[in-house]
Amino acid sequence: MSDVSRDTMLLTTPFHSRVEAMCNINDWGNWMGFTTPNAYFDVELEYFAIRSTTGVFDLSPMNKYRVTGTDAQRYLDRLITRDVSKIGVNRVGYAIWCDDNGQVMDDGTIFHLGEQDYRICSYQRADDWLAWNTLGFDVTIENESDTVAGLAVQGPTSCTVLTLLGCTDLNQLKPFGIAHYTFEGLPMMVSRTGFTGDLGYEVWVPPESAEALWDQLFELGRDYLIKPIGSHALELARIEAGFLQANVDFMPAEEVVRVGRTRSPFELGLGWLVDFNKPLFNGRSALLREQEKGSRYRFAMLDVQGNKPAEHSFILKGKKQVGTVTSAAWCPTAKANIAYAQIEMPHGAVGDELVAEIYYQRELHWTRLLAPCKVIDAPIFKSPKRWQTPAPPH
Amino acid sequence: MTDYDAVIIGAGHNALVCAGYLTKAGKTVLVVDGRPDPGGCASTREFSPGFRVSDCAQWLSQFDQSIVKDLNLIGNGLRLGQPKSTISLQPDSDHLTLEGDTISGAGVDSADQAAYQDFKKMVRSFAKLMSTLYRSRPPKLVEQNWTDRMTLMKLGLGLKLLGREHLRDLMRIVMINIYDVMNEHFSNSALKSTIALDAVTGTNMGPRSPNTVYSYLHRATGEHLAQTGTTQVIGGMGALGQSLASAAEKFGTTLQLGTSVSAITKTDNRVTGITLDSGEKISAKIVISSADPTTTFRDLLGYDQMEAGVAKRVEHYRSRSGTAKLHLALSALPDFTGLAADQLSQRLVITPSMDGMEQALNPMKYRELSTLHTFDISIPTIEDPGLAPSGHHVLSAIVHYVPFEPDIGWEKGKPQLLNQLMSELEVYAPSIGDLVMASELIVPSDLEASHGMTGGNWHHGELSIDQALMMRPFPGSTQYATACEGLYLCGAGAHPGGGLQGLPGRNAAKEILKRGVL
Ligand SMILES: Cc1cc2nc3c(=O)[nH]c(=O)nc-3n(C[C@H](O)[C@H](O)[C@H](O)COP(=O)(O)OP(=O)(O)OC[C@H]3O[C@@H](n4cnc5c(N)ncnc54)[C@H](O)[C@@H]3O)c2cc1C
Repeated sequence: MSDVSRDTMLLTTPFHSRVEAMCNINDWGNWMGFTTPNAYFDVELEYFAIRSTTGVFDLSPMNKYRVTGTDAQRYLDRLITRDVSKIGVNRVGYAIWCDDNGQVMDDGTIFHLGEQDYRICSYQRADDWLAWNTLGFDVTIENESDTVAGLAVQGPTSCTVLTLLGCTDLNQLKPFGIAHYTFEGLPMMVSRTGFTGDLGYEVWVPPESAEALWDQLFELGRDYLIKPIGSHALELARIEAGFLQANVDFMPAEEVVRVGRTRSPFELGLGWLVDFNKPLFNGRSALLREQEKGSRYRFAMLDVQGNKPAEHSFILKGKKQVGTVTSAAWCPTAKANIAYAQIEMPHGAVGDELVAEIYYQRELHWTRLLAPCKVIDAPIFKSPKRWQTPAPPH
Repeated sequence: MTDYDAVIIGAGHNALVCAGYLTKAGKTVLVVDGRPDPGGCASTREFSPGFRVSDCAQWLSQFDQSIVKDLNLIGNGLRLGQPKSTISLQPDSDHLTLEGDTISGAGVDSADQAAYQDFKKMVRSFAKLMSTLYRSRPPKLVEQNWTDRMTLMKLGLGLKLLGREHLRDLMRIVMINIYDVMNEHFSNSALKSTIALDAVTGTNMGPRSPNTVYSYLHRATGEHLAQTGTTQVIGGMGALGQSLASAAEKFGTTLQLGTSVSAITKTDNRVTGITLDSGEKISAKIVISSADPTTTFRDLLGYDQMEAGVAKRVEHYRSRSGTAKLHLALSALPDFTGLAADQLSQRLVITPSMDGMEQALNPMKYRELSTLHTFDISIPTIEDPGLAPSGHHVLSAIVHYVPFEPDIGWEKGKPQLLNQLMSELEVYAPSIGDLVMASELIVPSDLEASHGMTGGNWHHGELSIDQALMMRPFPGSTQYATACEGLYLCGAGAHPGGGLQGLPGRNAAKEILKRGVL
């Protein structure tokens, strides 16, 4: 008898040999079917690399779809809720897309690479939905997930390190801008994007370049305290910076089997991404109806008293349970205890005072804590460096 | 200001019914069809010099009587023939006759005769219930409002009135197939296959396919809706189209024939008119399409003009067909062994056993020609001699199962199939071949081209439970309105489906008037 697991074997990314070599504590996770480190050496130190020097995160498992053809822009405009024409060439736009019921399927970034040439970078696999969406459009969708490797290079010294790597004038690149370089004779694309809320870039190369890119980056960045970061450190940074995560803060509509478990953009605080001036996009009719009738939930960022993360907590208004927490963390830089929650309407407006029912355990001893919390109107971590051009020198 | 309150795409019988009701209510309506004559599949055509035939639908058995009255179709020239009995031809000439609730011939015994009466009674009560549902817009099951609740209440009441036994039967049999139901009730093979033929006619299904009980009941609603029995229309089925057109025009409908609609046009996200083949644009408060759903959404509106989920539903909508027509121009009345001359004017059917029907279906699935077919024959010239030169006749047959396009192609396939069909006919009418002056075989792909119906499907899309009632044609586009604002449906692709009933057209008009969108 073979003892091979019946689970599918996890895949490795083009950076794996290097990632593995640096993953000192051997703490691995499964991210979308790929072996990826939860942490390399210490979550907190990795987190501080993002905030004070440079953190490098392997984001190759993200799904990448190239959209080309004479209808590429029209296609995307029907697919996503925001106006694609406002994303200029060599610009990136954050976007969400909905099913016909106006429920969020996923979020991601749209890279405008050229005339009728785009790349969608998404968390979920979207081959099926993107293919259905081609009906009636002259457009070709190519899954580039395996042919584009990516590293997030984030933090105050990131621009300096990448400039040393040959990214000339990178400090001139505006947030959400794209610049093209070559690395060892092969194309290398750098976008000023990221999931950390700070100055940061994402570097996109063919898989052949991956190992050399990693090696040079860490070689050149040594003096700038470059560190690899795992998904736990990134998780802290993204909660602090106010980013939602599919499968954590909302369930992708297509994966949901139970009635009522999907969420609309309005219910996720993403109404600003919905552009009703566009005559047609998936979910538009349903979202218009929701606007009229009102939403069921509200997305709330909570500033929770105390230092116990409100993970999986119920949220109370008085004695009544009005919501649940989807993400929570003690945010080291902001020194705040932050939670994202789904709150039943009409509760959860900015300023609303609620209570998080937190359970935590120390040495098998469970404690129930009723922590007062308040709905805040913006992410707790705000770095001016994120928006400055030229990128500030460290 | 728009050019019209409503533009209706297609001038089939449902479109004309819809137009009739809307103009009767004082609305301005334009009806546009690329065909030269009104009626759509209710059409008469000269297929050989001097010989005319109902070239698509040939029997009128389900046409809702309230429409005949409301639109005064008799005053507009509609004339029906005598009710027909069904004679199922047997190779040994001991033919089976079904007339009303009685059956005779083909060795049916008294047990089957009694069972037939019980069966008819049961079917009648089910069909009555269905005709209640058919006469109103389909209820929505989730979003209840008063109209829908009333319909559901009537349905609920009807179900109660059925009695426990019948209710149990109904719940059980709609989900199974006609093959099993026939075997439960009868022993005579000819009887079983003759009834089964009515369950599969116009579908892409064999007797053992699920949904065949539903499609049988669909036909059986005719007894309540039409109360005419199975009849032919004098002048051919096109005369039905003519009388509907005349009625609609008297109420004020504008009819524009011989021009197709090339596109449904939108302003922002609302359907606001049509473009004709000529390039002319016509605006309207709403556009109502009687073209089948695939034509309407895919070809006229365009998948890029709707949300992707709607396009996906249209792509999944099934419109395959196995229905063909055979038209023969005959120099004299043919001889069918064992039939008296006066019986030739009845509805004559030829069908193999139920197993044989199932075998006849199989090749079609693989785009091959079968060596076994079913025939539903009319010799309309006996009651309506004007359709052919004096002393001459026309034979028209609805034939199953014929693929949309066989792998060998129709150029090769048609002569082969025609020979095959003639040899099957000659078993019952041995010398008919000598009388044939001209013949014509109309296959599903021809019907798609000539009558603009995707797949050549009788119902504008398979009538199966997943595409019926509150799910017709597909969720999100029910109750005659569609997922696209300003676009409505009134053809056979809408509830309650195909066949010459007029109800999709009538119900659509009533719903549109009730919504006050005009
Ligand atoms: C072979 C065959 C035999 C049948 N026999 C019988 C029978 O004996 N008894 C019975 O009750 N039923 C029968 N039926 C079914 C019946 O004919 C149909 O269900 C019914 O006629 C449908 O009516 P309708 O008005 O909804 O659509 P149709 O009659 O199909 O009318 C739709 C109209 O839309 C028009 N159209 C489509 N596209 C465009 C466009 N782009 N621009 C303008 N116009 C357009 C078409 O030209 C057509 O005239 C038969 C069907 C078939 C295929």
